[in-house]
Amino acid sequence: MALKRGKQTYLFQHPAAIRSFAAIGSKREGEGPLGEFFDTIDPDSTFGQKSWERAESRLHHDTVELAVKKAGLSYADLDCLLAGDLLNQCIGATFGVRELGIPYLGIYGACSNMAEGLLLSAFLAESGLRYLGVSTASHFCTAERQYRFPLEYGGQRTPTSQWTVTGGGAVVVAGATAQTPDQAGPWIQAAAIGTIEDKGIKDAANMGAAMAPAAAATILGFLSDTGTTPEDYDLILTGDLGQVGSDLLYELAIREGVDLRSRHTDCGLLIYDRDRQDVHAGGSGCGCCASVLCSYILPSLREGRVKRVLFAATGALLSPTSTQQGESIPSIAHAVCLTSRKEDLPWN
Amino acid sequence: MSLTESEYDALTKRYSQNSKPWINVPKAFLIGGGICALGQGLIEGYTRLGLPADLASGACSMTLVVLSALCTGLGIYDQIARHAGAGTLVPITGFANAMVSPALEFKSEGLILGTGAKMFAIAGPVLVYGISASVLYGLIRFLFGQA
Amino acid sequence: MELIEALLRAFFVGGLICAVGQLLIDYTPLTPARILVSFVVLGVVLGGIGIYQPLLDFAGAGASVPLTGFGALLAKGVRDAMAEQGAIGILTGGLTASAGGITTAITAALLVALLCRSRDKA
Repeated sequence: MALKRGKQTYLFQHPAAIRSFAAIGSKREGEGPLGEFFDTIDPDSTFGQKSWERAESRLHHDTVELAVKKAGLSYADLDCLLAGDLLNQCIGATFGVRELGIPYLGIYGACSNMAEGLLLSAFLAESGLRYLGVSTASHFCTAERQYRFPLEYGGQRTPTSQWTVTGGGAVVVAGATAQTPDQAGPWIQAAAIGTIEDKGIKDAANMGAAMAPAAAATILGFLSDTGTTPEDYDLILTGDLGQVGSDLLYELAIREGVDLRSRHTDCGLLIYDRDRQDVHAGGSGCGCCASVLCSYILPSLREGRVKRVLFAATGALLSPTSTQQGESIPSIAHAVCLTSRKEDLPWN
Repeated sequence: MSLTESEYDALTKRYSQNSKPWINVPKAFLIGGGICALGQGLIEGYTRLGLPADLASGACSMTLVVLSALCTGLGIYDQIARHAGAGTLVPITGFANAMVSPALEFKSEGLILGTGAKMFAIAGPVLVYGISASVLYGLIRFLFGQA
Repeated sequence: MELIEALLRAFFVGGLICAVGQLLIDYTPLTPARILVSFVVLGVVLGGIGIYQPLLDFAGAGASVPLTGFGALLAKGVRDAMAEQGAIGILTGGLTASAGGITTAITAALLVALLCRSRDKA
């Protein structure tokens, strides 16, 4: 049983261990500062497929395949796969893994998918499931087609816009019943289920601003529920707030008396070099935080280079229809606390 | 978080970088002007070939549309447009790009409902409201007995 | 010399119309699609009240190539057709005058769609 703390936070009594992780990206991701840490960089973003949607599904499939292989398991060992993406009705994930025969739960939290999946996998592990997969991916071309313009359309991107990551990340989580005596981490120690926040932002080219209030609510909620401060963590990592959203997150947190600056960074700022790669406010998409987590953060936790990470991924819960109808953009953030060692807890 | 929507809106404006008109506007002027000068060159050329003025102007538009379609198909138009902004949006080449790019993009949804239907997804409104405005203009002329 | 003057006039007037479009993009929340619609309707109005013709005479392609020119062409088509055919010209004039450009765009779009594929921007 997970222990509830405060309003929205749960501490796991039998924390799940992340057994393996895999990250795949394409050309622009490979040219970014984290390029060398990806398992695979395929410069051909069609991934050998005839449509962009199929390319995204292929990306999903390959990431899951790689994570399961790195775990030394077969598909039949997985009790459940939690996956989702940004395409209508989540076809990126379902079409990608439809032939694998793994019991499947589709999730949708937009770009917060990775955090939502990790959170749910930890709860499911706590209730006795052995091995679980979590996977999410995004593709620049499918996102442009669905949310914005045709690829060859001559438009100008605004400075607050973000660049959808062509990439994916997948992990295999081991529940307590599947853990070995010398089980390696990272460990999923706690999770906070986010609330939907909406501060009235309507500009779909400024997602960071739309999502910052959700990130602030969940991070501050988690800190308050667990009685911890930012200094109790090596890293407070958000998903794809970009530059605008990160600045707004600091401002919102300061108003509540919490200074996040010394501990916070954002996957959307890590994955690309904004000066060199023409991505404006940073990276975005489900694959942004998923691939940064699986290529760089999880290995650092496993090797003990960082000890405690609060990972809070945000998602903008809009659709092309809601944008056209002039609705504001509701957002959500879920948080999981990851530690390098099982006994090393930020709280008492 | 006790912030009201308008307070948050003000905060967002403070941290959101604005576009840079002092760079964008001159670029739009130069590239848009360049396309129009190219058009004028075409008109002069067609006139020299013996076309009357209004046909030369029409032939100029058609040539620019074909050039824009080619650049779109070769993946060049959007690269220029990233810099040119309105400079490639406002000329007739922008109209052509707005028809060609979805026709090309949505080929994966089939030639009928993909290419055929989506061709007008962006440029359609220009035709709808341009033609409707011209009909309204004709009606006004008719009512005032100028037909 | 005359040729260079004509090119320069087209360049400056066409450039200015595009610069107005860019100012609208940068300083107003208007989306590109709305700006295009506004330009065409504005062209119909200016063409209708007779202001656009002098600009066309002065700048040539500088006034006819931007979408305001397309609007003015629609208005001129209606006016000419009404003079020839009467009231029926209200409905036939606009598309008749602009048939060349629109048909070229449709045909070119179809051909390009058949022959090319959208390129990776990722």
